[in-house]
Amino acid sequence: MTDLDHGTTTLRLLAGTESGNRLSLSAHHAIHGTLQIPSRKQAGPWRDQVLDRMATARLTGRGGGGFPTAIKLTTSRRTKRRPVMVINLMEGEPAAQKDSVLACFTPHLILDGAEALATIVDAVSITVAIARDNPAAIESIEAAIAERERSGLARFSIKVATPPGRYVAGEESALVSWLDGGEARPTFRATKPAEIKIKSRPAVVDNAETAAQTALLARLDLPIPTSLTTLVTISGAVSDPGVFEVTLGEQVGRIVARARPLSSPTALLLGGFGGTFVPAAALDEPYSPDGLRPLGGNVGAGVIVVFDERSCGVAELARLASWMGTESAGQCGPCVFGLPAIAADLELLASRRPDHGVIDRIAHRCDLVVGRGACAHPDGVVRMVSSGLRVFAADAAEHALGRGCSHGAARSRYNLPAHGDVLEWR
Amino acid sequence: MTAILRVDPVACDGYGHCAELAPELILLDEWGYPVLSSEPVPDSLLDVAALAVAQCPRRALFLQETREPVTLTRR
Repeated sequence: MTDLDHGTTTLRLLAGTESGNRLSLSAHHAIHGTLQIPSRKQAGPWRDQVLDRMATARLTGRGGGGFPTAIKLTTSRRTKRRPVMVINLMEGEPAAQKDSVLACFTPHLILDGAEALATIVDAVSITVAIARDNPAAIESIEAAIAERERSGLARFSIKVATPPGRYVAGEESALVSWLDGGEARPTFRATKPAEIKIKSRPAVVDNAETAAQTALLARLDLPIPTSLTTLVTISGAVSDPGVFEVTLGEQVGRIVARARPLSSPTALLLGGFGGTFVPAAALDEPYSPDGLRPLGGNVGAGVIVVFDERSCGVAELARLASWMGTESAGQCGPCVFGLPAIAADLELLASRRPDHGVIDRIAHRCDLVVGRGACAHPDGVVRMVSSGLRVFAADAAEHALGRGCSHGAARSRYNLPAHGDVLEWR
Repeated sequence: MTAILRVDPVACDGYGHCAELAPELILLDEWGYPVLSSEPVPDSLLDVAALAVAQCPRRALFLQETREPVTLTRR
């Protein structure tokens, strides 16, 4: 299991998990108190208060989208039929482990949040979707549901669903498609945001960390923090990788320092594999959507991969792009053919025999595929590759001359998970 | 009517009929999939666009009406 390191941040989400123990329902109540949710008929004023607190705290979706949660939920309430609440614990992003950490150590915070969210949107039921290759999270959440049923405090029927664990399977439309009996592949929506449905009921999908944050904001007796915390997963060229709870706005360098970099970082990949490479200058910036925007970066799914002088940026880009190409859902031509073509050129560039046009060709194909998939998977790859070629421009220039680079065959700074032995979508 | 040409990329299998029927509006990328402009279809080409839509063997191509008035500013 991922190491938990608490550093200097006042813990909110991970409070009580310092010892590395999973919080039972009674331990959870001892730390966070019980969540008081009014009955359905009397939920109106409570709902408005919680939405207000979300807006004041500037809570945004923690699955990567970063959309203001209060606005999303307010829109979701304008449906004719009562919706189903879906908590997205798919965590398809291989460099992210934060939702799994929440599920394994403080599952009742997620479930409190799920009940609060379900009350806000007046949902009929709650489904927690966990990738089927994540047995630790499934077991912990199932045990937590059973504890709540025994306690008699359960307000909603909560089910666990286990879609296949593929990169794009947690994308909202893919997840809803699977829950509706289809494949866990993204669906095309002519207009966005489109209403998504499960068995003819609208679905409201929120990330597990968003739910956990909601659980705290819905405790009306607690003060609203001036800055929310967020969970980051730090990996790469560090000696102490793991999940850390940090305060939004904290300096990026201080956050990265907690994972103990092996040497001075030269670049960071922020957000996820479909995120943005930023240069070491980002270490001086505040870790927040506003702080990272000037660098083109974002908080995304809370991923920080650290790179240092010992890794070759071009080789890293080639490996990442190739992995992401294989994780395409295989539906849209520009993604199916474009991503492998980009990855193949990056591999050619990383080799010692690139042709003269290779960098221009990669840039051209990045422009060509962006925005042409049913989901944002190709867009994420393009963002990662384009930003990577900017940040590793010196490495790329050396490679383009066929000289290789000073890093030689440096080993990769991140772990790429296997793709799974089956291309399974149901 | 102000409309833009769009394609459902999941349905599209790259037959390329659209680019033959409406070369003024549709180019194919190197893999044979249509690249569409996000600009509204000019009135004079709406018939051509409608023909390409009707002849798509995958029913992937469609015209989407846009509410915003056409902006005449050059990019």
